[in-house]
This record gives sequence, structure tokens and C-alpha cells, in this order.
Amino acid sequence: MLPSPCMVKQVTKETPDTFTLTVARDDKADHPAFAPGQFSMLWVFGVGELPISISGDPSNREQLVYTVRSVGKATHALVSQKPGAEIGVRGPFGNGWPMQAARGHDVIIVAGGIGLAPLRPAIYEVLQNRAEYGRMVILYGARSPRELLYRKELASWARQPETQVLVTVDYGGLGWHGHVGVVTTLFKYARLHPARSVAMICGPEIMMRFVTRQLQEHGLQEENTYLSMERNMKCAAGFCGHCQYGPHFICKDGPIFSYAEIGKLLEKYEL
Amino acid sequence: MDLVLGCATNVRFGKDTYIFKEGDTANTFYLVRQGNVALEIFAPQRKPIVVATLGEGDVLGWSWLLPPHHWKFHAHVLQDTRAIALDGKCLRKKCEENHDLGYEFLKRFAGIVAQRLESTRFQLLDVYSAHK
Repeated sequence: MLPSPCMVKQVTKETPDTFTLTVARDDKADHPAFAPGQFSMLWVFGVGELPISISGDPSNREQLVYTVRSVGKATHALVSQKPGAEIGVRGPFGNGWPMQAARGHDVIIVAGGIGLAPLRPAIYEVLQNRAEYGRMVILYGARSPRELLYRKELASWARQPETQVLVTVDYGGLGWHGHVGVVTTLFKYARLHPARSVAMICGPEIMMRFVTRQLQEHGLQEENTYLSMERNMKCAAGFCGHCQYGPHFICKDGPIFSYAEIGKLLEKYEL
Repeated sequence: MDLVLGCATNVRFGKDTYIFKEGDTANTFYLVRQGNVALEIFAPQRKPIVVATLGEGDVLGWSWLLPPHHWKFHAHVLQDTRAIALDGKCLRKKCEENHDLGYEFLKRFAGIVAQRLESTRFQLLDVYSAHK
């Protein structure tokens, strides 16, 4: 429960309000630092603590990477850290994406906005263990071209064998010659085989509802559709109850849930 | 199918050309076979605004079906595009003569319009905005 002081190695600007922090691991363990989909509690000393998804490569055992959107006082303090500064790190927490269950299947990744950050470790995992998985289809939407994350990596992933990457923006602007429309409009261009696919979705909750509806129309099973949920998380250990979601604690039972587990909860206005 | 095929031709459009412009008479619609087309709105003192893009397998245009049969957007070709052009005037006449055919067209186009409306409403939600 105590945060470990970890040194910030690098801060990279991804978009006007989103930054990626690379943090040195404080332990010398030989095992992977985290599973794709897990999160840490990051503490900016004197300011506050936040749950942030780990967005780096799970096979890199020397560092942890976090992509943070600056939307308030604490996130602003986090992204303003300079190399050499120390932040507190607790975790990793949560259950992670179902990478084991996805082996032998096609993998459909659907991300909206900063939702690509918690999915990036799953993409790395598939690319580094290519023979274990079928085709990978990545559908990514953002508000505008300048808010697209990891643009160079997206182009690189598109060149990988058996991998299809489709990107869209809600508002194109000058100089954008790609797709314009919400992320669900990409489904008609995606080469999907729902009967043998596992889907992993992360983004605004409204977007995830529209996407799961589309996936169901394409014939994807509820048990093979996974979403990363987000609620106010404080203790990250299932004690404080802030992240309670129906019968679940997001921090402990999630943040990844199958649609079969939480589909009905998504439609509940009160939650 | 034979009723429709008689009104169809293969067409090609080069990059940066316009298939139609806002206000033009709408007597043709297109099935995009390959390429990318942007639907644009003309805005005074600004460059045209892209509201959506259409690609392989998409239907371009429904203004041919409903009066007053004028295009509501520009269709700007972003990449060399191949399409099947269907003569809307010819098909409207056939639909008036054959109501079963007319019903099938309306049913299919209603589905396309409903899908585009749903996507547009989703777009309006601006779900990626930081403001909640």
C-alpha cells in the first residue's frame, strides 16, 4: 500500500494535452513488471495520487510507461515532472486483458482517444508472440488528427503481417486525408471473423456501448468481448468502495470485464 | 437485378476531382468499389469542411431518391476511385412503375440513412472531449 519512489526518466508530449512518462522500476525483479491492462497508482508528492493505466511494453523489465492526459491539478502536476524527479508508484493493480484466453484467436482491438494507452501493452504482447494469435485488427478513433496517439507506431503496426489498422477522426480539419467519422464506421472496412475472435475495447463509456452493439451485430459472443472500465479509484485494493460498480470493485475485480459480466450494468443510468 | 443493371455503368474519378457539388441536381448515385471520397460542406471564408468519408462498399448519395433531388454536400475524391454509377432518374421512373422495386430501394436506403444518422449523433456527442 505504500508508494515506492521511482525516478522519472523521460516525459514525451504525444498530443497538446497528453504526455507519456517513462519511469524507472524500483525493484530489480526478473519477472515482467505488469500484465497488459493493469494500472498503477501514481503519487505526485504534495499534490495527490491517481490511477493510471500502464501503456508500455510488458517485456521491458527496466521501466514502466504511463500515458497521461492533463485534465486537472493532479494530472497536470504529473505531466509537468522533469527527468530526474521522483514520483510514488503503487501497484500494479487489476486483472489485465485476457491474453491467455485470446491465444489461438483473432484479436480485435477497438480504442477511442486515450483508450489506446491501456491497449498498447496488449498489442505489443500479440506482436511479440505472433504465432500464438490469429489476425489482429486495430480500430482507433480520436477527436481530431492532432489528438491521435502513437501515430508512428500505428503506421508501424499496419505494416506487420496479419495485422489491419484502421484509424478515423471525428473532425478532419485541413491536411487530413484519412477517414472521417466515428470509430464504429470503421467496422465495415474491417476484415473480421467474429466466430474466432476476442475483442478488447477501451475508450469513453458511450463509445464502448456503441462498439459492443456493433460487435454483437457482427456476431461476436458476449464472453469474448472485453472492456476496460473506469471509475474513481482511491485505494486500488478493494477497501474504500469508491470504485464500486454494481457487485464489482473496478480496482480489484477489473478494470477489465467481459461484456457478459457487465453488459446489463452498462445500461444502468444510476451507475 | 436486371431492372437495376440496365441503369448501371462503371465509372472512375481521379484524385482531387469532385463527383458532385452541393446544389447540383441529383440524378445519379454511386456504389464505391475502390477508393475514398469525402463529403464536404462549403463554409463561407473557410475551406470546405469534411463531415464524413466513404470508401469501398459504401453507397454515395441518397438525394437522388427524395425531392427536390439536389445534392446537400460536395463529394470530393481523396484517392483515385472506381464506382458503379446508377442512373437515379431512370430508377425513379422504374420505382414509380414498379412499387415492389420502389419499396425495396426505400427499405435499403432507409437503413443506410438510419446508420448515418446514428453515426452523426455519436459524432455530435464529442465523447473524447475532456469536459464532462
